[in-house]
Formats: sequence, structure tokens, C-alpha cells
Amino acid sequence: MSEDLVKFTVNGQELEAPKGSMLIQATDAAGISIPRFCYHKKLSVAANCRMCLVEVEKAPKPMPACATPIMDGMVVHTKSPKAIAAQKSVMEFLLINHPLDCPICDQGGECELQDISMGFGGDISQYTDEKRVVFDKDIGPLISTELTRCIQCTRCIRFGEEIAGMRELGATDRGDRMVIGTYIEKSVDSEMSGNVIDICPVGALTAKPSRFSARAWELIEHPSIAPHDSVGSNIFVHTQRGKVTRVVPRDNEAINEVWISDRDRFSYQGIYAPDRMTQPMIKQDGEWIAATWDDALQKAVEGINAQGRDQAAAWISPNATLEEHYLMQKLLRGMGSGNVDHRLRQTDFSDQDAAPVMPWLGQRIEDLENVNAALLVGSNVRKAQPLIAHRLRKAVINHDAKVSFVNPREFDWHFPVFAECASSASGMLEDLAAIAKAAGTDAASVATIVNAATVTETHQQIADSLKQSDKAIVLIGDMAQQHPQLAVIRKLADAIAKATNSVLGYIPEANSAAGWLAGTVPHRGPAGSAAAVKGLNVAEMQANPAKALITFNIEPEFDVANPAQALDTARQVGFVVAISSYLSANMKDYADVILPLAMFTETSGTYVNAEGFWQSFNGVSTAEGNSRPGWKILRVLGNLFDLEGFDYISSQDVKDELKQQCQDIQLNNSVECTAVVSIEKSAASLQRVGDVPLYAIDTLVRRSAPLQKTRDAMHDCVRINSKQAELSGVVDSDKVKVNQNNGHAYLSLVIDDGIPDGCVWISAGVQATSSLGENFGPIELEKV
Amino acid sequence: MVDKSMTDTNTILSAHTIEEIDAWLKRFPEDKKKSAVLAALRAAQHQNKGYLTTELMDAVADYLDLSKIEVYEVASFYSMFELNPVARHNVAVCTNVCCMLMGSDTIVNHLENKLGIKLGESTADGRIYLKMEEECLAACAGGPMMQVNHKYYTDLTPDKVDEIIDGLE
Repeated sequence: MSEDLVKFTVNGQELEAPKGSMLIQATDAAGISIPRFCYHKKLSVAANCRMCLVEVEKAPKPMPACATPIMDGMVVHTKSPKAIAAQKSVMEFLLINHPLDCPICDQGGECELQDISMGFGGDISQYTDEKRVVFDKDIGPLISTELTRCIQCTRCIRFGEEIAGMRELGATDRGDRMVIGTYIEKSVDSEMSGNVIDICPVGALTAKPSRFSARAWELIEHPSIAPHDSVGSNIFVHTQRGKVTRVVPRDNEAINEVWISDRDRFSYQGIYAPDRMTQPMIKQDGEWIAATWDDALQKAVEGINAQGRDQAAAWISPNATLEEHYLMQKLLRGMGSGNVDHRLRQTDFSDQDAAPVMPWLGQRIEDLENVNAALLVGSNVRKAQPLIAHRLRKAVINHDAKVSFVNPREFDWHFPVFAECASSASGMLEDLAAIAKAAGTDAASVATIVNAATVTETHQQIADSLKQSDKAIVLIGDMAQQHPQLAVIRKLADAIAKATNSVLGYIPEANSAAGWLAGTVPHRGPAGSAAAVKGLNVAEMQANPAKALITFNIEPEFDVANPAQALDTARQVGFVVAISSYLSANMKDYADVILPLAMFTETSGTYVNAEGFWQSFNGVSTAEGNSRPGWKILRVLGNLFDLEGFDYISSQDVKDELKQQCQDIQLNNSVECTAVVSIEKSAASLQRVGDVPLYAIDTLVRRSAPLQKTRDAMHDCVRINSKQAELSGVVDSDKVKVNQNNGHAYLSLVIDDGIPDGCVWISAGVQATSSLGENFGPIELEKV
Repeated sequence: MVDKSMTDTNTILSAHTIEEIDAWLKRFPEDKKKSAVLAALRAAQHQNKGYLTTELMDAVADYLDLSKIEVYEVASFYSMFELNPVARHNVAVCTNVCCMLMGSDTIVNHLENKLGIKLGESTADGRIYLKMEEECLAACAGGPMMQVNHKYYTDLTPDKVDEIIDGLE
């Protein structure tokens, strides 16, 4: 590419840069600093703040470095008297209406305006008239506004349009009355909205939850990894006196670029929830009493031994660290039991032996933005994994990639979707079979259902889009992994991928990749090895409740596929040890010992992301009360059970032990199982479809008060389409009763024509629906 | 409860407004519907007796596949759009430099006294609205001038203004 490079001079220094790139990109790369406000490397060039004016020889006036393409032989001065004079003038202009209220501003100490005005601002302004005042708006629970401070750089507007894919903020009115806002009373609802806090160069948009809680210089910055999705976004945790004050993104181009999702940014608010467990507790004669760690652990061990430890079972949250996963399975297997599972929301285990050693993305996260076509099966990727969706959106926006979906409903997408099939659980399979047929699959195991499929134009288009693309991917999402016939989805997706020469990938949940590697599955040990004792999967454990159960950072009524049944099981089990960060009313009912667990900021550990990248982090905040890191709890339990090989000194030792075993793993999602499958069609006229919404996925986000106040957290309703509302006779109802299995719930009714015929959309993971069953299955609606 | 995104915009925009927007849309490439936003807002404002409501702007946004805020931005930027209820005749006296030198202040004072309202206000009978701060209307040679609804009146004098205003129904 050297022929595309041009030579130019900045401040006497000779530089080279690609022809047509902007001056500021080259000077940034060369470490020459030019002040700027509106320019941001990830956003389009607006050139409206004029702060980056520099002198270009032979140009009649100063030029903005952000919008001046480099020309061969250009001679630039960034610090000449002319350049400095221009920069100082702009600075004075920008400060005309700025209130200079730094002492009461949350941005003070980390403010681009403050920093640059130190260098370029004058002591006295020539402007002596009144400054303008802009009234603040309430734009939701996450972002505070102080728009009098706004210098109208429009970064937040461009972020909405170009990155979040939904234009929510805008600049209304004109001249000195121009204001940034939403015009009408409205919250900003993007799942990535918090990033405007970082890109705002002044204190106009600041983080609401951490507002006024600390000065930038009082905070200690610690690198860490976000725990909620399988991206593993790199973050900085900012602590003050050992407590987490806020979370901000840490640049990593290969993973999260410079962004993080709101879930990763604001979940930390749940760390200090009122129901946080800070003390080991034991149940004695039906009464809960605080205990020492020694007593509690002793009681846990005695209790499990009394019930027969080789019959014990463990349910571990998919967001546990790699070390916790590993030690949990080692503990159970050491006790002679194989009943350990992290796939709590999965319902179909029929092909688990054929499942990949670690279901993974199939390629690097970064490469998702280069795909030309993608088919996502059972995924609301925008909400489930905002940064994976961001990469796909880039592919669509930058080179018109064709992204299609086979889902149980239509969703709101932030990019133009090529095709979207929405139908019930069995309908999804028929859609996939039709796409496989259109793609010309010859897979024998699905031949019967493929032959029976009716190919519509949409199916054909999806198949063609994948076939005609040299970089295509078929991705299996979270709703597919909860699907009652995951095995069939897996086979059909594999058949489509093979027939269209596409990559087959999974979008794993949280840290479940680590669960697979560490062996928190009943049929496999660490690194995919054959399990010595084959245990029961989470569904079997509910059908035949064990006598002793260890739960790890979960609430069965929210985190297991069938919440009502799971809670019932926990209640039936003779002895339950809950290793948990929180104390819930239900837990008090079913547990016998509760061991307080440290949060992700309070423990060291490792998360494995969707592309199989291991990212370790340290504990950065003080564990609340007497809570302890999970790996230490499990290690000591191992000692107390007199098990071999539990003498780790650090979490690093645990990781190293597993890493050793994982060395030779070749990641491969290809399905080699040849068992013939069929589609099971339910006779019921009404089918539930559902997901676990983004702010309900784990114990921590469920307790983040600001996230729970967002619109994305409003999921205690039933959604059906208008046709179905008429059929069910509930057109005018505000509330309906739903019956599923033996449970029922009264939920508000929303008419939503994105829901397919014969389907009822109900989300899991929320209190209002925890009395119901699985996300997919027959359901009844009743008028109330 | 019905999901808000489902409300039918066509019931908000009149058939005539839609016809007008469609005529403008023909002049632009299909993927540049945004170009018709000014014309669409003008038609929508006309339909609603001279001012825009949020519902109308939302309907325009939906019709042109724009985000709502984009339409709010345009509507609030241009002075020819009214975002609050106004009287049926829109009287806008240019007060820019040329007209000011030619005596637009006298015209404004005269109008304000005659109607008993200030610039930016409407008469109680809903007949006349005096537009606030009208910018140059490019009729400087005929200053002082004003625009009444869609029509220009130049070389104004208080008498001429009386005649024009009294002639409005």
C-alpha cells in the first residue's frame, strides 16, 4: 500500500500517511497533540467545534485538522502563532456560554473542556453579557443532563445515529437557542446509551447512578472484565475506599473497541444491594442464625455427607468464573457424583454427547464485522449481546451484509434486516428446514424434515444470501439454546452451514464457554474429557430431586428453564447449600446453609469469551462483609470433604491446572451426530415463546436499581398479536391470566403484531412470570 | 394497551397532505426520502391551521422513515414552522437590517397597538398571529415589508398595514 502513502510535514517533522486520511488521524498516530472536542475516532467528522484549527501553508485561513485531508507535500504548523491564535479564539468562543461551574460538576478533573481550557483559555473573556441557561431534561435512569454545560459538539447525536443505531438525541432549535435533547419528554433507551457519558467532552452528560459520589482523582482505576455476556468487554472498575464507584470501558479493538453495553456499565450498582449476603448463615430448627465460616462450612459438609455425598447435585450459574466452574465439578466428582450442570436454561439434552467441547462463536468477534451474510437462529442479539450486535451492524452499514433471523418473534433491530422469520418453537424448525432445503442440504439426519418443508421466497433468499457470500455465518443464539428441540436446531443449522459453506457458531451465554471447558456438564469432565461418573443434567435433577444440592450464584426461580419446577425441586431437596451473593426470601425457605459469595469485582478469576479468549482479572474491591471468593469457598469445601488436589494457593493455580488440560482442544462446532431427528408439534393451539431479557439474566443485573428502571427492564407482560387477541377474546383487556403447567400468573396485556400467530410472548427471569414454566411450550390465556 | 409503534400514521396525515408529500417524494431518489421533510412539514402544518403538533411531526417521521428527533430538529430550526397553536393568519414583519433602516419598528409598533398583542402572540379571537423575529425574506428593495400567510406586502406604511389587516377575515 506504500503507493497510497503521501509525505507531509507537521511542525517540521516529516510524516507519512495514507492519502485522503484526515490530518488529525496522522498527528494522533505520530503523537502530536491537537486540541479537539467534536472529533472522535469512532464517529463521523463533524468539524463543528473548530478547536482543532491548525495553520496549513498556502491555505488562506486556519484549517480544521479533523476535516482536512492530507495532501502530498502539505506543510502544517500546529503550534505556530497563527495556529495558537486560532485555537485560543475558538476556546474563548466555546466558553462564552459555558457556565464554568467546575467545582460542582461531576466531570471536573476528567473534563476535556477543563483540560484544553487550561492550555488555550484566557483568564478573562471579552464577553460580558448574560450566559444562556438550558433547563435539564430527564432522559432516564442512567444519564444525567446538565445541558447548560453543552458545547454542542454533537458527539452524542452522532453516537446515536452511527453506533447505537437509534437516533434519540438531537439538536433542536437554532443559534444560541440550540439545545441537545429529545425534544419531547422521553428516555434514551439504547442498550449502549451509557457510552455518551464517556464521549461527552464536558459535564453535560454524566452517569446518573454515580453522580456526585466521587472526584476523578479520588478513584483508583483497575482493569477488569465484564461478566454478563460472552463478549467479555474490557472494563475499568473505579473504586473509592475499596468500593466500586463506577465502571467505564477499557479500549480493546479486538473485543469491545471503545464501547461497553449499559448492562456492563451499570450492573455494579447491584453489588451493594440491600439483600447482599455478608455473613454465613445456617438454619437451626427452622431459624436462620449468623454463623462463623468454620461452623457454616462444617454444617454444609456434615449435611451433604448425611444425605450421601455421592448423590449430591450442583447448579452453577453460567456467569461463574472459569476457576469456580472447574472447582465445582472437581468437588462434585471428587465426592463421587457427576450431577453438575451450568446449562440451567437448556431444556433439550438429547444430543449432549454430540455437542462441541466448547460451543463457540466459530470465528473472532472482530471478524463479525467482515461477514457478508449471517443467519441468526433464536437470538435477539441486539439486547442479548449488544457488542456482538454492534459488529454485525457494522457489517450491514459498511458493506450491506445480509443479516437474517429465524426467531420466535420479530424484534426491533438497529440495522436493516435482510429477512426475518418469526414463528412458534416448531415453526422455527420448519423455517430452518425450509432454508436447509433451499440451500440444497444432503444431511441424512434431517432428510425427513427437510423433504417435508415448504420453501417460501424468504427461505430461498436467506439460503441464497448465505450461499452467495464468501464470508457467511450461521449463529445459534440464546433462545435456540433454550429451545425444546435444541438438537434439531443444531442439526439444521449445521446442515445449512455446510450446504452454504458458512461458519457455524454459537452466541454463548455469559461465561458458559468456561463451563464447558471446565466440565460443569454432567457428561464430560474438564477439557471435554469423558466423565468418570456420568451424572444427571439439570432437567433430570429436577425430575429426580437429589438429596443434597449446592446452588452457586443462582436463584432457581429466575435462572432455571422451568422456574416453578426448579424452585419446587430446591424445596424438596433434603439439604441445600446456597453459595450466593444475595439472600432472597425463597432461599431462606429452601436452603439450609448460605455461604456469602464475593462478586466479580471482589474475586480474581477468568472469563472465557465467545471466541474462546481467556481473560483473567483480579479482585479490585473489598468483599462485602464476610463474603469470600467462590474459588476459595470451593477449595476449602474440597479440603473439608478430604478430597485430593484441593491445595491451591491462588486462583492462578486453578486456571493453570485447567489450561494444561485444554492445550490440545481444537474448537469445532460441526455436528457429527447422525441420529435421525423429527419435529415435535404440540397439539395445543396456543404456544408460549419467550426469552430472558437483558436485565434479568443474572443475580447481579437483577439488583441493579438503575437498570431495573429502564424501559428494557419492563417485561412483566404478555404480548400477543391483534389477531390472537381477537381469537382469545381479550382485545379490550388490560390484564389476562395465563396458565402454564400447574402455575398461573396475572400479567398485563400488550398487543404487538411482531408476535407470530398462535404464540404468546412471555419473558422469564422476572418475578411476575416466575410461577410459570419453560419459555417454550403450551399455554392458556384467560380473560379476567 | 396497544404498542405505540403500531399507531397508524395515515389517520393523522390527511389524504391531501399525503398526496402533497408523495408529489415531493417523486423529485428525490427513493432512498433519500429525507429530502422531502421540509415540504412534508409544510403540508402537515397547513393541514393543521398553521402549526405543527408532536403527533403530526411523528407522523411525518414515520411516513418518511426518519427518526422522530430528526423531524423535530428540522421543525424547530426553521422559522416558518410553528410548534405552538397560533391564530389563523400568520403576520410576519421583517425586522432585519434593511427593513429596520426603512422603519420596520414603526410598523411593528403600529401592529402591536392596533391588535393589542406583542410579537409572538395571537389575538384572542384567533384571527391574527404576529410572528416573533422574522428573518430577512429577501425583499429588501421593498422594505419595510411583511409576509401575511403566503403573500408578500412591501413598502409598508401604517395605513397600508391597516388596510391589509382589516381585509383579513
